[in-house]
Amino acid sequence: MRITCPYCGERDVREFSYLGGEPGPRPEGRDADIETMFEHVYQRPNPAGPIREYWYHAAGCHSWLIAERDTRTHAIAAVTAAADREVRS
Amino acid sequence: MMTRYSIFSVVKNALTGQRGWQPAWRDPAPKPAYDVIIVGGGGHGLATAYYLASQHGITNVAVIEKGYLGSGNVGRNTTIIRSNYLLPGNTPFYEWSLKLWEGLEQDINYNAMVSQRGVLNLCHSDAQRDAYARRGNAMRFAGVDAELLDREQVREMVPFLDFENGRFPIRGGLLQRRGGSVRHDAVAWGYARAADARGVDLIQNCEVTGLRREGNRIVGVETTRGYIGAKKVGLAVAGNSGRVAGMAGLTLPIETHVLQAFVSEALKPLIDTVVTFGAGHFYISQSDKGGLVFGGDIDGYNSYAQRGNMPIIEDVAECAMALWPAIGRVRMLRQWGGVMDMSMDGSPIIDHTGIDGLYLNAGWCYGGFKATPASGWCFAHLIARDQPHEVATAYRLDRFATGRLIDEKGAGAQPNLH
Repeated sequence: MRITCPYCGERDVREFSYLGGEPGPRPEGRDADIETMFEHVYQRPNPAGPIREYWYHAAGCHSWLIAERDTRTHAIAAVTAAADREVRS
Repeated sequence: MMTRYSIFSVVKNALTGQRGWQPAWRDPAPKPAYDVIIVGGGGHGLATAYYLASQHGITNVAVIEKGYLGSGNVGRNTTIIRSNYLLPGNTPFYEWSLKLWEGLEQDINYNAMVSQRGVLNLCHSDAQRDAYARRGNAMRFAGVDAELLDREQVREMVPFLDFENGRFPIRGGLLQRRGGSVRHDAVAWGYARAADARGVDLIQNCEVTGLRREGNRIVGVETTRGYIGAKKVGLAVAGNSGRVAGMAGLTLPIETHVLQAFVSEALKPLIDTVVTFGAGHFYISQSDKGGLVFGGDIDGYNSYAQRGNMPIIEDVAECAMALWPAIGRVRMLRQWGGVMDMSMDGSPIIDHTGIDGLYLNAGWCYGGFKATPASGWCFAHLIARDQPHEVATAYRLDRFATGRLIDEKGAGAQPNLH
């Protein structure tokens, strides 16, 4: 698998580390109830199909990236910088 | 009626040209409804159906499998059995599983080639030896066998390893002699045959496409072969747990990841135990057919692809070379992947779902195969009696919300670290 970093170009997957599917915004820990924190920490995106997910270019530019990848085929449709994402609310 | 396998049946068929064998199970069409439907015809699903029939007298049961029996992880794993767990939530469960393995072949009248050849975890530093001493003591407190070996005792068992490796010298090991390996396909076939003989319908090439509810109660499953009613439905679908539970509107604390396994060309007997490398994720044994069977880490990203990528293959090969340099002369024959239901603490879930009549068996991570008998035993107990079995009380679905995690590695809610 190769990932095209928007800054560095196409690189081997071993340059990257993986965080997982894109979660919603982090709840405010002091105010959030247990159910809300449970949902955020443990109930991760796990689709069989397209997923938006975080990768970190650890052996490259140190950027956090968002890949749109199909978990059934590993085909990557797009990679963008996480800094440019629209924060969902 | 099931023909009993024995030395007499083997001799009789040998003398009559092997023409007397019957199919090991029927191929029934689905009935309109069952008392219990198990979704997933892998090891856990088949074991559950068998124990429902044999332990609880519930025989109006169907196992629904989208492919053929045993086409998933029960035929994709590296066949290791052991019960060398540290935490109180895990130890009694895996020890019960090992006890069931020890009597399995007589129970189901099937040769599963259960071989208690030992599982040897190597340590490479003083700190790691201390950690293994702690684990071994925890096991012995729980009535599980464990022996801490020094370097010379390890050398006696496996003299061909690289004991003087510059980075990872072998200092000793933790040995569980009762661990070993089992012929994994035979486990699926043996449970299937024994369940079928007790009246369980094994329905293959039948994919579940929906779970039908009335209010908060499950009433049946939609399949590619039509609707089938059920009073109770148990899910045992491993890497597809999230997908299938999603049909009932549930989200699970599980990510699906791909785990690769490997086998070499067949060799003369070379290694007579199971050895795990302590400085990387790598373990190896030899099948009775002669192939070296080995595995390592999951690839580390969400995947339903049943195939992995090159970095893990390279990592596994590097671990092999660090542990056992002679293996570099052996050719790798095959490599494949299975999709794992990685839970958020690395431990399984055997519990109600919160929907009446719908039960969940999932989150097996790397450890599903060794758990097969106890998983089936405890899941059948839960479905039949609506109470968890005493060795599986910790495997609750709500433990993530209540903080009662069972995290053997202490890695936190990051499935690719378990």
